[in-house]
Amino acid sequence: MDFTFEEQQLAFRDAIRRFLMVEAAPEMLRDIWETQIGRSAELRAKLADQGLTALSVPEAYGGIAVGDLDWVLVQQELGYFAIPDSLTATGYLAVWLLNQLPEGHVLKAAWLPKVASGEARIAVGHPINPLVADAKNSNLLLLWHDDELHAVQAGDCELSLNPSIDQSRRLYKVKWTPTATTRACAADIGAGLWAGVIDRAGLAISAQLLGLAQRMLDLGVDHAAQRKQFGKPIGSFQAVKHHMADVAVKIEFAEPVVHRAAAALAENDPLAPVYVSHARLAAGEAALLAARKSIQVHGAMGYTWEADLQMFMKRAWALDATWGDRAFHKARVAQHVLAQGAQLGPGETFN
Amino acid sequence: MRLQYTAKQNKFRDEVRAWLQTHVPKQPLASFDTEAGFAAHRAWEATLNQGQYSAVTWPKELGGRGCDLIEWLIFEEEYWRANAPLRVNQNGIFLLAPTLMEYGTAEQKARFLPRMAAGQDIWAQGWSEPGAGSDMAAIRCKAIRDGDHYVINGQKTWSTRAVWADWLFGLFRTDPESQRHHGLTFVLLPLNLKGITIRPVRQLNGLPGFAEIFFDDVRVPVSNRMGDEGAGWSVAMATAGFERGLMLRSPARFQQTARQLVDLYQRHRSRADADPAIRDAVLRSWMQAEAYTLATYRTAGRLAKGGQIGAEASTNKIFWSELDLLMHETAMSILGARAELMAEAPDAGDIGHWLDGFLFAQAGPIYAGTNEIQRNIIAERMLGLPRA
Repeated sequence: MDFTFEEQQLAFRDAIRRFLMVEAAPEMLRDIWETQIGRSAELRAKLADQGLTALSVPEAYGGIAVGDLDWVLVQQELGYFAIPDSLTATGYLAVWLLNQLPEGHVLKAAWLPKVASGEARIAVGHPINPLVADAKNSNLLLLWHDDELHAVQAGDCELSLNPSIDQSRRLYKVKWTPTATTRACAADIGAGLWAGVIDRAGLAISAQLLGLAQRMLDLGVDHAAQRKQFGKPIGSFQAVKHHMADVAVKIEFAEPVVHRAAAALAENDPLAPVYVSHARLAAGEAALLAARKSIQVHGAMGYTWEADLQMFMKRAWALDATWGDRAFHKARVAQHVLAQGAQLGPGETFN
Repeated sequence: MRLQYTAKQNKFRDEVRAWLQTHVPKQPLASFDTEAGFAAHRAWEATLNQGQYSAVTWPKELGGRGCDLIEWLIFEEEYWRANAPLRVNQNGIFLLAPTLMEYGTAEQKARFLPRMAAGQDIWAQGWSEPGAGSDMAAIRCKAIRDGDHYVINGQKTWSTRAVWADWLFGLFRTDPESQRHHGLTFVLLPLNLKGITIRPVRQLNGLPGFAEIFFDDVRVPVSNRMGDEGAGWSVAMATAGFERGLMLRSPARFQQTARQLVDLYQRHRSRADADPAIRDAVLRSWMQAEAYTLATYRTAGRLAKGGQIGAEASTNKIFWSELDLLMHETAMSILGARAELMAEAPDAGDIGHWLDGFLFAQAGPIYAGTNEIQRNIIAERMLGLPRA
C-alpha cells in the first residue's frame, strides 16, 4: 500500500510545470483567445517537443506509452496554466480509442504517428456533450453513432461555431452522415469504448479542474498579499484569510480522490467509473469555490477583463459540466453507494 | 503508487478482526462520562492491552506492536468496523504518548507508558484556562520552583475526562515574569494530590464530561517535568500537532458513521426521499468520508518516505469536524420528529445514538483548536498570507 507517486513521475510533472510557466504565460493565453481559430501551431509544436502529444501513443507508433497516472499529473498542469489546445482530446482520448482498435487497424498506422509528432489534431464527439470541441481545426473526428465509433474527416461534416464564455473553447455543432466507410467499430464493442472515453475524459477534466482551483487560489493569495486597504494587505484580515483557507481545504481533499480515480483506471478497477465521478464532483466543487472566493478577494478587479483570473474562472465554469454534468456523476456515485448490499465503510476503500 | 495491501497487511487485518470479534463487548458500554461507564472503559483498555492492541504503534518494549501508519490505519478500520468502545485513554495514548516518546526521559517513559497502555493511568489534558482558550499563550496558572518541587496555583478548565482520570498533563507558567509563550513548562501530575479540587462541568448531554481543576499550593516533584523548564510551549505544540494531525480522528471513525448513515437512509427511504436534499447529503457524506480516508493514506505514504506533517494537519481538523456535523445533521433530518428522543426514551428504539453523535459533533469545530484558528494557520503557514 503506497499512495504516493514515483519520483520519476513527479520529476516529469515538475519539468512540464517549469516549461509551461515560461511558455504559457497569461499574456500568451490572451493572444490565443483573440485568434480566429483559437489554437496556436507554435504552442502545439512546443507541447509536442516536450513529448506531451506522444504520451499515450504506443512505442511502435513513435510514442512513449505512459498510463493514466502520468497523465493525471500532466492534466493538473494543463489546468493550472489553462492551456488552450486540444491536447487532451487528441493525445489522451482519441489515442485511447485508437489503441483499443484491433491490432493492424488502418486508423492506427494512419493517425497514431501523426498524433505523436504533434501534426494531427483529433476531435472526439459523444452526445453526452451537445457540441464537439475543436471540430473545425481537427484533421479527424471520432464520433459516436448509436454506440458505434466512426472516423470522419472534418471536411465531410457541416460545422457551425457556438461561442463559449471560455474563448479558448471552440465548440461546433456537427452535422454528418454515418456510412459503412466511416464506421471504425461496431456498437457491441463501441459501447465499451465510449464508456472508457467518458471515464478518461472525466479523469482529465477532474485533474484540470484541480489545477484551475490551485491557480485561482494562487491568484487570490497573490492579490490579497499585495492589495492594501486600511494601511495593510487585505490578506492580513481574517475574513479574507478564511476565504482562501476554505479553498485550500477543498483542494487538499479533492486531490487524493482524483489520484485514486487515475489509479483505478490504470488498474481497470471495476469501480473506476464511480471513483471518476467522485473525482469530478470533488474537483468541480473545489474549482467553483476557488472561482467564487478568488473573485471576491479580487474585488472589482475580479470582475474585469483585465485581471487574469477571468480566464481560469471561465475555464472552470465551462469544464464543470462537460463529459457529464453533476447530475450524471451523482447518479453514478449513487448507483454504487445506494446499491443493495454495497460494501461500504472502514476497510472497503481499497477492496 | 500501489493501492493494494500486502499479504502481511492483510494477515494483520485478519488477526485484528478475529481478536475483536472474540473480545468486543456484545452490549455497548455505558458512557465513559458516567462513573460506572468510566470503570467499564478502563477495564476494556486492560483487555485491549492483554491482546497487545491498546497502542499498536508503540515500540514492542513499551507494550505496542511497532506498527507503521498503514497498519495503524488497518487496526483503526477494524476497530470501528467492530463497533468497539470509544477509547477512554485517547488523550494519553494518542496525544501525550507521542510527545513523551520524543521529549520524555527514559525513566519517564518506563514509568508512564506501560501503565498508560494497560489503562492503569487514565490521562486528562490541562491546557485551557478561563482566560486562555484559543489564545493558549495567555496561560496564567503558575508552577513556581521551590527546591525539588513546583508549587502550583491557579485554574485549568474544559479538561475532558478529568472527573475520573488519574493524571493530568499540561502547561504551567514557571516564570511569573514571563510573557506569552515564554516561561511555560510542561508538567505531568497525579490528580489526587493535596490541594487539587475538581469540579465537574456538565456537557450538552447532561453528563460531566468536562472538569474545572483548581490548584491551591499543589506540590509536584520537578522530576514530573517533561522537557526543559521554560520549553513547554514547543513541547505542547508537538502534542497539538499530533492531535490535529493523524492520531486523534482516524478516517475509519467517519467511514463507519457514513456507512451507518447510508443504512439509516435506506431504512427510512420512503420518508427521507420526500426531501431530495437528504439523498444528496447522504452521498456527500460517503464521498467526504472516502476523501478523508484517501487523504490520510496519502499522508501516511508521504511520512513513510520521510515527509513531515505540516499545516495540512489544520485542513484535516476542519474537514473531519465539518463532515461529522454534516453526517449527524443529515441523520437528524432523516429521523425527523423522532430525532429529539434521548437514547433512553422508550420509543427511541436504536436511534438514540444519532442524537448523542449529533451533540458531540457540535464540539468538533471547537476542540483541538477552533476551526477559525485552523483557518488562520492554513492561511499564514500554508498559503503565506501576512499575519494580522
